[in-house]
Amino acid sequence: MRIVSFTRSTPDTAANVEVDGSGKVVWDGANIVNPWDEYALEEAIARAKETGGQATVIAVGEEAHEEALKHSLAMGMNEAVRVYEDGVNSSDSLTWATLAAAAVEKVGEVKLVICGKESIDVQTDQHIYQTARKLGWIMLSNVSKILDLSDSSIKVERTTDTGVQQVTAQLPAVITVLKGINEPRYPSFIGIRKASKAAIPVWRSSDLGVTLPQSATEVMAFENLPARDMTTEIIEGGSIEEKATKLVDRLLEEKVL
Amino acid sequence: MSVFAWIETTHGSATPSSWEALGAAKTLAGQLGTDVTAVVFGTNAHAIATEAGEYGATNAIVCEDASLAIFQLEPYAALLSKLVGDNNPQAVIAVASINGRELMAASAADTNSAMINEVLEIEVDGGAVVATKPAYAGKVRSKIKATTATVFLALRGRAFPAAEKGTGSANITAVDAVPVADNLTVTIEAVEAEANVINLTDAAVVISGGRGMANNPASPPGGVDDATIWKAQDGFANVIQPLADVLGAAVGASRAAVDAGFIGYEAQVGQTGKVVNPDLYIAAGISGAIQHQAGMRGSKVIVAVNKDADAPIFKLAKYGVVEDLYDFLPTLTAELKKRLGK
Ligand SMILES: Cc1cc2nc3c(=O)[nH]c(=O)nc-3n(C[C@H](O)[C@H](O)[C@H](O)COP(=O)(O)OP(=O)(O)OC[C@H]3O[C@@H](n4cnc5c(N)ncnc54)[C@H](O)[C@@H]3O)c2cc1C
Ligand SMILES: Nc1ncnc2c1ncn2[C@@H]1O[C@H](COP(=O)(O)O)[C@@H](O)[C@H]1O
Repeated sequence: MRIVSFTRSTPDTAANVEVDGSGKVVWDGANIVNPWDEYALEEAIARAKETGGQATVIAVGEEAHEEALKHSLAMGMNEAVRVYEDGVNSSDSLTWATLAAAAVEKVGEVKLVICGKESIDVQTDQHIYQTARKLGWIMLSNVSKILDLSDSSIKVERTTDTGVQQVTAQLPAVITVLKGINEPRYPSFIGIRKASKAAIPVWRSSDLGVTLPQSATEVMAFENLPARDMTTEIIEGGSIEEKATKLVDRLLEEKVL
Repeated sequence: MSVFAWIETTHGSATPSSWEALGAAKTLAGQLGTDVTAVVFGTNAHAIATEAGEYGATNAIVCEDASLAIFQLEPYAALLSKLVGDNNPQAVIAVASINGRELMAASAADTNSAMINEVLEIEVDGGAVVATKPAYAGKVRSKIKATTATVFLALRGRAFPAAEKGTGSANITAVDAVPVADNLTVTIEAVEAEANVINLTDAAVVISGGRGMANNPASPPGGVDDATIWKAQDGFANVIQPLADVLGAAVGASRAAVDAGFIGYEAQVGQTGKVVNPDLYIAAGISGAIQHQAGMRGSKVIVAVNKDADAPIFKLAKYGVVEDLYDFLPTLTAELKKRLGK
């Protein structure tokens, strides 16, 4: 089965991020592959192998995302593609989804798209749903287990706000997977060597044969968080009971109980 | 015209957070000089629409088709997208529950409209809607302007006050469902509802345990494989849960606790877990790593219980207690029971 997964590079989760004097977002760490994607990549690699298929990883955006693509190749994805168009606002999810869906169609004969739950940097959690709509495929989000995968259908366990569902849907489908669905593998030494030499093709909208919609959103500004206006009070007292009483006093004063 | 508020339903009632969407829709409609239309799909939609009128909706559009009894993205999106096409609302607002964010994103894609998720603030600038949302795991925020005729907004839970219930009534219009193709129909084979679990993202009070939960003085019975896991699980069940029960709180955890198998993945709070927004957040045995902070720094009042006075969590906390959580929390629970009369 031909499977596609999307990925992106994001700042390391431990990085401090802030908006500098010129309004640009800067951070003090390296880039990593979006942590949620590792579960999707693992699932794509395992399922492609199991079905004797191929797994393709795609990033939409600037060159910085090649790091995540190389990581994906090193993990064992069969091929990687970057989709990019000069001057296009790929931070707009509608533009992104239009490009992403067209790229899946260009890969051809894809039955399953497996993605991570969300991007930890742009924090939109909307790209994938929109890609599914642009493809006209069924969307199953928050999958915690693939229970059955055949050539024409998929059965999954998925988490909803009120519990867990088992659902069956026809392929092709788009799914997002949760942490816990698997243990993502680490790239092997050989994998890393191979990936570092891989040339990653770049597809433009002309290669994809799409006309992009006008960007639906515009980022006006990034802002630092409003300062947390507070000091910490360490609750002191001669005994545990005294501290508990004092803490409850404070919480009642705060009206948060 | 109008501002749509999607009222999410489960088992024939509106989800309580839906009234936050209605409240935000009312404020925005006021700024845009238009009115609010509640959109209600599913079992009991008529009765819920009447309730939406009491909360301030001028109009309501309802559909009780059997295909909409349980939320499924495809039939819900097909109908909402048609309604948006027919009525051209200036905005469609929902709370960013799992279903809400999917539905907003899907319909925005269908109608080539702007979509902004996890919205914290909404303003109108020269007739255009501008929303503030977290970016980079909440380490900064961004202001996004919608440039299309309709904008879809999914609100961060608890970021907007719920509408107040009054005595209004809505003009209700019933519509038919939009059939979807067979290949877009799922078969739900089993549903396992979580019994009485308080949703982390809706909770007014959250209590989370971290790796420190492993330092439970209780000793495991014979035959237990892993004493550490037993101790931590026993702590979640017999120390954290009773406190949560007194406060009507949801239980969360750090990733260290989740990864060690102390509690399920769905409890993880943080950059790669859930983002919570409660009035009160109690962190017990959690050091306060930057990734954990990303999930809870928006809490109004943070209390940290940690036996290490130098733990970074104390920098974020309004109140700190430097004690062993296994000594302190049971005492706190007893004190709360007494003071809250439970
Ligand atoms: C890609 C990535 C994503 C991540 N995402 C998340 C995330 O979403 N959420 C998250 O939480 N973490 C996340 N982390 C992990 C994060 O970096 C920390 O490792 C984690 O938060 C630590 O959990 P902890 O505070 O429970 O454990 P520790 O840092 O080990 O802290 C345990 C604390 O408990 C205290 N303690 C011990 N015993 C007791 C006792 N008996 N009474 C009182 N206090 C006690 C100790 O003093 C210590 O401060 C992520 C990491 C990475 C690399
Ligand atoms: N620019 C991008 N290129 C490739 N994948 C992306 C990009 N942006 C988001 N994704 C993927 O889409 C999924 C959900 O993202 P989001 O909707 O941004 O939260 C994650 O698996 C992301 O890795």
